[in-house]
Amino acid sequence: MSGLLFLVRRLGQALLTLLGVILLVFVLFNWVGGDPALILAGKMASAQDLANVRHQLGLDRPLWQQFLDFVGQVLRGDYGESWATHEPVSAIFRSRLGPSLTLLIPMLVLETLVAVTVALLVAALRGSWLDQGVRMVSTVAMSISLLVYIIVGQYVFAYLWGWFPVKGWGDSVLTNLRVYALLPVLLGLFVSVAPSIRLYRSFILEEIDQDFVRTARAKGLSETRILFVHVLRNAAIPIVTNVLMGLPGLLTGAFLLERFFAIPGIGREIILAVERSDFPLIKAITVYVAMATLAVNLLGDLCYRWLDPRVRLE
Amino acid sequence: MTQIYSLKRSENAWSLALRRLWRDPVGRFSLGVVMGYLVLVGMVLAGWLGARWNDPVAVNYAPPTWCATAANRVTLPAGEAWDRSSVIPLYGWTDPLEPLWSEARAAAQRIQPEPVSYRLTLFFGADKWGRDVGQKVLKGTQTSVWVGLVAAFLATFIGTVLGALAGYYGRGVDDLLNGFYGVLTSIPYLLLVFAVAAVFQQKGVGTLILILGLTGWTGVFRLVRAEYLKHRTREYVLAAGALGASHGRRVWVHILPNVSHVILVQFSQNLVGFIKSEVILSFLGFGVPVSSVSWGSMLNEAQNELILGKWWQLGVTTVAMAIFVTALSLLTDALRDALDPRLNS
Repeated sequence: MSGLLFLVRRLGQALLTLLGVILLVFVLFNWVGGDPALILAGKMASAQDLANVRHQLGLDRPLWQQFLDFVGQVLRGDYGESWATHEPVSAIFRSRLGPSLTLLIPMLVLETLVAVTVALLVAALRGSWLDQGVRMVSTVAMSISLLVYIIVGQYVFAYLWGWFPVKGWGDSVLTNLRVYALLPVLLGLFVSVAPSIRLYRSFILEEIDQDFVRTARAKGLSETRILFVHVLRNAAIPIVTNVLMGLPGLLTGAFLLERFFAIPGIGREIILAVERSDFPLIKAITVYVAMATLAVNLLGDLCYRWLDPRVRLE
Repeated sequence: MTQIYSLKRSENAWSLALRRLWRDPVGRFSLGVVMGYLVLVGMVLAGWLGARWNDPVAVNYAPPTWCATAANRVTLPAGEAWDRSSVIPLYGWTDPLEPLWSEARAAAQRIQPEPVSYRLTLFFGADKWGRDVGQKVLKGTQTSVWVGLVAAFLATFIGTVLGALAGYYGRGVDDLLNGFYGVLTSIPYLLLVFAVAAVFQQKGVGTLILILGLTGWTGVFRLVRAEYLKHRTREYVLAAGALGASHGRRVWVHILPNVSHVILVQFSQNLVGFIKSEVILSFLGFGVPVSSVSWGSMLNEAQNELILGKWWQLGVTTVAMAIFVTALSLLTDALRDALDPRLNS
C-alpha cells in the first residue's frame, strides 16, 4: 500500500475514533451523569431555579441537539465557561499546558535515556546476578504505590534536607526548570523508569539472538559495538514507538506530581475539576488529551513505517 | 484381547499447570502469600479481624511499642470537659447554651461514666484519633483487595464476553467492538477513571468497583479477541460445528476452556492494576467514603502525619501493600510460565 493511501486511511480511522470519544464523553456527562442543574443550583434551589439553570445550559433541549452543540464546541475549540470559576475553559487549558509540558518533556527525555542505557546493560549481562538483581528490585519497586515515592521523596529531599523547594511555581520557564521542576522530574523519572526498563530489555533481548548479531560477532566486532550500534539500532524501532505511545500515559503520571508540588498544570486542574464537579472542564480536557493521544499514535505508526522499511502495515 | 491403547487418562491441563507452578519455588512462595492475604480478607469480611478499626483505643499518635519507653496506659477522668467556662472566654456574657450544658452535666452525674483508659503505645502505633494502625491496616487491606478482586472479576467478565464475540463473529460485531475499544484506549487510563469518577456522584465501594471494572476491561478484550480469532478456524471448532454444535456452544464450551489460561493471567494482572488505581483514587478522595478505610485513604492521612514525624501509618500501609502486590506480580509471572503450552516440553 502506498504511503499516502495509508496516511489517509489512518487519518480517517483517527477521526472516527475521535467522534467516538466525543460521543462517549457526551453520553457520560449528559446522560449517565444525571442532572447537573442539581449540582449547580445547590441544595436550596427551587423548581424555578432548577429550570432556569437547565435553560441556561441548554439542557431542556432534545439530546441530539445537545450532542450537535457539543460537536460544534469541539470543532470551534470553545467549550464554554468553567462552572467553578467562570473562566473560558479553553483559556484555562491553554494556560495550564505550559507547566505540564515543562514537567513532561524533561521527564520523557531523561526517562528514555536512563531506561535505554540500563536496559542495554542488563540485556548484555542477561542471566547474571546483576540482571536478576535489577529484575527483582524493579518488581518490588513497582509494587510500592507511586504515591509513597512522592510523599517520602517530597518529605525527605525537600522538607527535611531542604535540597529543593517543597512546592511552588514561577513565571519564567528557566527558573521553573532549574528550581521547581527538578524534584518532580526526578521523582517522576524514578517512578516510571522501572516498567520501561523491563519493556526495553525484552525488546533488546528479541534482537540479541538474531543472525545479524552472530554475523557481527563472527566479523570480530567488539561486544560494545555490537550492542550499542547493531542491536540498539534494531531495537530502536519498538522503543521509539513505545516512547511516543507512552507520552499520554506520562501526562497522567504527571497528574499526581502536579498535585503534590502545586504545579499549575493540566493534571492538577483535572483533579480540582473532579473535586468541584466542573463538567465542562473535564469534558474539554478529556477530548483534548484524546486528540493528543490519537495524533501521537498516528505519528508512532508513521515513524514505524519510516524507520523500518520491512514494515508495511496492512 | 490385546490392549492397543493406554486407558490411563492424560493429565488435566489445569492440574498439570498447578503442579508446574508448585515446582517453581517463586510460584509456590507467591501463591502462599497471596492465599494468606485472601484468607485475611475473608476473616475481616466475616468480622473476625479488624472490626474495631474505628475505635479510639490509644492516645493521639501513640507510637509503636518498640520505640516507646513510658508506661503503657493512661486513664483520663471522664467528664472533664463538661465545664466550658474554663475553655471558652465568655467576656461577661451568659453562655446561651448553659441550660443545655447543665442538663448534660446532671445526666453525666446520674450515670457516672467510667473513667476511660487509653493506651500510650500500640504495636503498630496509632493515628491522629488514637485508632490502632494495626486494626486499620487489616480493614484497609480488606477494602483494597476486595475492591480490586470484584472489579477484576467485572472487568474480566466484560472483556471476555466482548472479546469472544468480536473474535468469533468478526465482521460488523468486530468492527463495532473494536471501534469501542479504540475509543476507550485513546483516553489515558487514569484520565478515563477520573472522568467516570466525576460522573458518579455517589462515593462508595460499589461505585469504586464500577469505575474500575467499566474502564479496565480493554486489556482482557484485546487478548481474548486475538485468541478467538486464532481458534475459530481450528479443526476442533470446525469439527464441533460439523457435529451440529451451535455458535454459542462453540464459543463458550469448546473455545473458552482453550483460552482460559490467557484470561486467568489477565485477571491477575488486572488485579494488580486495580489495586494501584484504587489506592490513587482513594488517596485523592474519589474512592472510599470517610466511613471506611483503604490503603489509599490511609496513605492520605499518612501524608499529613509524616510532616509531624509520625511515620508509622505510612510504613505499615506501604509494607502491607508492597508485600501483596509483589507476591501478586510474581504469581502472575509464574502463572504465565506454568500455563504457557509452548513451554510444555
